[in-house]
Amino acid sequence: MSASYTDEISRVFREESGLAVAALMRAFGDLDVAEEAVQEAFVVASRRWPATGVPPNPGGWITTTARRRAIDRLRREALRDDRHAEAARLRAEPDPPTGAPMPDDRLRLIFTCCHPSLAVPARVALTLRMVGGLQTGEIARAFLVTEPTMAQRLVRAKRKIRAANIPYRVPDEEELSDRLSGVLGVLYLVFNEGYLAASGEGLVRDHLSAEAIRLARLLVGRLPDEPEVLGLLGLMVLSEARRAARTTDDGSLVPLREQDRSLWDPRLIAEGQALVRECLRRDRPGPYQIQAAINAVHTDARTAVVTDWRQILALYDQQMAMAPTPVVALNRAVALAEVRGPAPALDAVEALGLEDYHLFHATRADLLRRLGRDAGAARAYERAYRLATNAAERRFLEQRARELPEAP
Amino acid sequence: MSHYLLSVVYPADGVPPSPEELQEITGRVEAFKDELKAAGAWVFAGGLHDPDAATVVRVEGNEVLTADGPFVETKEQLGGLNIIEAPDLDAALRWAEKASRATGTPIEVRPFQWASL
Repeated sequence: MSASYTDEISRVFREESGLAVAALMRAFGDLDVAEEAVQEAFVVASRRWPATGVPPNPGGWITTTARRRAIDRLRREALRDDRHAEAARLRAEPDPPTGAPMPDDRLRLIFTCCHPSLAVPARVALTLRMVGGLQTGEIARAFLVTEPTMAQRLVRAKRKIRAANIPYRVPDEEELSDRLSGVLGVLYLVFNEGYLAASGEGLVRDHLSAEAIRLARLLVGRLPDEPEVLGLLGLMVLSEARRAARTTDDGSLVPLREQDRSLWDPRLIAEGQALVRECLRRDRPGPYQIQAAINAVHTDARTAVVTDWRQILALYDQQMAMAPTPVVALNRAVALAEVRGPAPALDAVEALGLEDYHLFHATRADLLRRLGRDAGAARAYERAYRLATNAAERRFLEQRARELPEAP
Repeated sequence: MSHYLLSVVYPADGVPPSPEELQEITGRVEAFKDELKAAGAWVFAGGLHDPDAATVVRVEGNEVLTADGPFVETKEQLGGLNIIEAPDLDAALRWAEKASRATGTPIEVRPFQWASL
């Protein structure tokens, strides 16, 4: 098979396997059956397409082929194991000629994979595997666990979905906002894993962010009236827009104010800012929308010095009123330092006492440095360095500490 | 339809409720049972005596060993159970929420592998 066909099939797999798994899940009610049939269909495709060319509707071809494979397999098993339940299900199931996915299939699948009765790591793994079409090994590497551990996690989660009869549907109106926040949490976790953690393999992690954005776009398409979904997508694309400027060639972190803004992606910024405007128009703010708005203000500034810190501080105040967490309070203090100076910001930070959080010490260190209290800053950098786990962040902190004038 | 066991988990060092509290709880639990029955979801329910009223029977070879007390000594104990029929886990979780409100205890939801009714 030529390389171009391998690439093409990989691309189709990435884009279509989730939809095909979702369609087969609807037809057969079993994730294992759905997943195996879709993988078989791709094996058939990789043998046939190099000769016949990629069909005009590759996703439809995969779904139809997978559906036939699943029916064959279940018939065989029904004969062999006398599995009456599956046989009855097949008989009851009308045989749509196309095996076409329904518009909401993938959305249903996301809600099933992110069901609150599953542990968060299981939700993340299932979503990436079933909806995103990532390989078990890829997910394992991204989350720094061994492949057997990740495989076990997926097996256990799928078993629970089947045994406990976790439904395959989008929750009712009354439940939707509760359940949606869990789904958004999973997507944000996937995004951040690809965005913040520079340890592990760079490419795999970039791919996680791309996948989270793809899934968020899918959610926006299916739930266009949920402003927090728009907010999360806005937050992700505005963060993603800065990716190229966030690290130097040797992988060191570049803080926001020192980034080369010509490296920011104008297309993603435009998209993110349009999403934020859309959220403002709806006027039903939530934490993701506010974080997106904060990012929009940053990307509005052509240089760091013209950043509208007053507006950012006002947005953090709004977020504190809505969802006051120590981490939000810490970020608010950074904005406060820009508006009212490092002294009141330092008071605000020290009141938080997040002793185990490296960014608490890093923020304190920066404020102490700006106040000329270099000895204190050096100690705070040291503590931040010891708590940071990410190599790029550690290098950054070490560098900052070295730049301090010799303490008297 | 699936069947689920809703276990009433008596917390560690649980202080037994006063007679008045107990009467209130009993009232709520009865109302919960009535709601289950009205919805056609009721299969079986029961409250258990304390674990120290339990006896464990074990066959080893030809010998039958009978021991006083529960099978496992744990801080949390099974205090009672409901067996319900529900279309899926979401429905079962909604019943568990109502059961937890009625009893004031956590409720474990566990699907049955099979059931003969």
